[in-house]
Amino acid sequence: MGKRKAYYTAKIKRATHLLFYQRHKKPGVKGWDLRRALGSDYPKVLKILDNYLKALDLQVKTVFEEGRAPEKPTLEQLDKARFYITLRGELTPKEAKMIGWRIDDLAGLAITISYIISKKGKAPRKEVEELLRDKLPGWKVGVNIDRYIRYGYITQDENEQLYLDWRTRTEVDQKALVDLLLSAEAEP
Amino acid sequence: MQPKQSKRERRKLGREKLQRIIEMCKSVEERSLDPFLIDVNEILSVVREYFPEWELPEDLCLDAETIHSLASVIKLQSEWVKHRSTSLYTDPFLLKEKLTSLDKEEIIKIFFKVWHPIVEMEQISIHSLAEALKYWQNLPPLKDRWKEASPTGIETGVATRNELVKQRILLDRAFSEELENFWQQLKKLVKEKGENGKIRYWDFIGAETYEETVQRAFMTSFLVTYGYATMEVYPLEEEIYIKPYEKQVTKIREKQMVSIPVAVTKEEWMKWKDGEKNG
Repeated sequence: MGKRKAYYTAKIKRATHLLFYQRHKKPGVKGWDLRRALGSDYPKVLKILDNYLKALDLQVKTVFEEGRAPEKPTLEQLDKARFYITLRGELTPKEAKMIGWRIDDLAGLAITISYIISKKGKAPRKEVEELLRDKLPGWKVGVNIDRYIRYGYITQDENEQLYLDWRTRTEVDQKALVDLLLSAEAEP
Repeated sequence: MQPKQSKRERRKLGREKLQRIIEMCKSVEERSLDPFLIDVNEILSVVREYFPEWELPEDLCLDAETIHSLASVIKLQSEWVKHRSTSLYTDPFLLKEKLTSLDKEEIIKIFFKVWHPIVEMEQISIHSLAEALKYWQNLPPLKDRWKEASPTGIETGVATRNELVKQRILLDRAFSEELENFWQQLKKLVKEKGENGKIRYWDFIGAETYEETVQRAFMTSFLVTYGYATMEVYPLEEEIYIKPYEKQVTKIREKQMVSIPVAVTKEEWMKWKDGEKNG
């Protein structure tokens, strides 16, 4: 094995350990932690790892502090970003059940997220509850919203306003969600 | 005297107007109302109209607070315009309409296309491992922990059966008869409202009053212990179901018994009741 190849193989192993195993309350690793552990060329290491993960239908996901991904991120922006391993493709309903989600609850999550997006990232809890009551049994609505908050999909302030939280920013392609919902045709 | 009094009245009116403006701006900010509900020019003209009247520092502070609140609304208006110009802009009414018209399956299909959950592996840390070891080392052996507590002397007295019934320690009917009736009630409710031969725990124990709910939860625990019904617990989904047996299962006691603690708090009951009311 060439010296260079051996160097990157070791770095990829280390990056895998860091990214897969949760070390804090929240999953993911900050850019500057990766820099400390892998060296200044960590963006390159992550790129190679991402290529490896393609075959497994996984990917290295970068979530920038500013929210939107810059076209050409600077090293400073990367250092402040958080990196996760996420699914690259799609789950099937059966698989979602296996990881502990009921279909109803996921539909509720989709409705909650898309409604908050349409309200510029902030919506009164009461309005979201009213909307969810249309699809979920009344007693589940509050329980579900609390669950979405606990998992980090949404957050709530003291005025009972709901906002999108870190997990939505990481896991959900917000633009695609709204576009697909708007273009969907309701079955007669 | 007349003009002086009218000046005082004018000041009073001005203060009231500024207070109202501040309240209005706050409610737009806190309740995410449309920031364009506020007519900035009109408000500025009110502020300008009363500004020459202010002499006291409190009034000047009120004036500054009004301007500050108005600035926050203008900031919201600017954000609103920015958001409208981004690709993420969607008319909330249009989207609400869509979400209502689409069925759950359709929404789920869409969500699966855009949802890429994080891969997480939880692990025990060195710190928790050390804590666990410390706990294990300090844990007394079973024979010491399970020692029978020595009985404490209690003064005894006499109570009539009627008194015990009054205190709800005894029921006026035999307990087994009561339990059988409760079992029939469960079977009937499962037929009417249940799915796949079971019913949600709260839908069964929930009653008009909290006291009645606790009483039903108490009886339900006996239904399960005596093999009239079983409980299905889905911890990830936070769901508990109760499923009646057609016939009492007596062999259940031969298996390893487990206790399932279920909190029947007043808050939970109120939450359930609210949910019931709202359909």
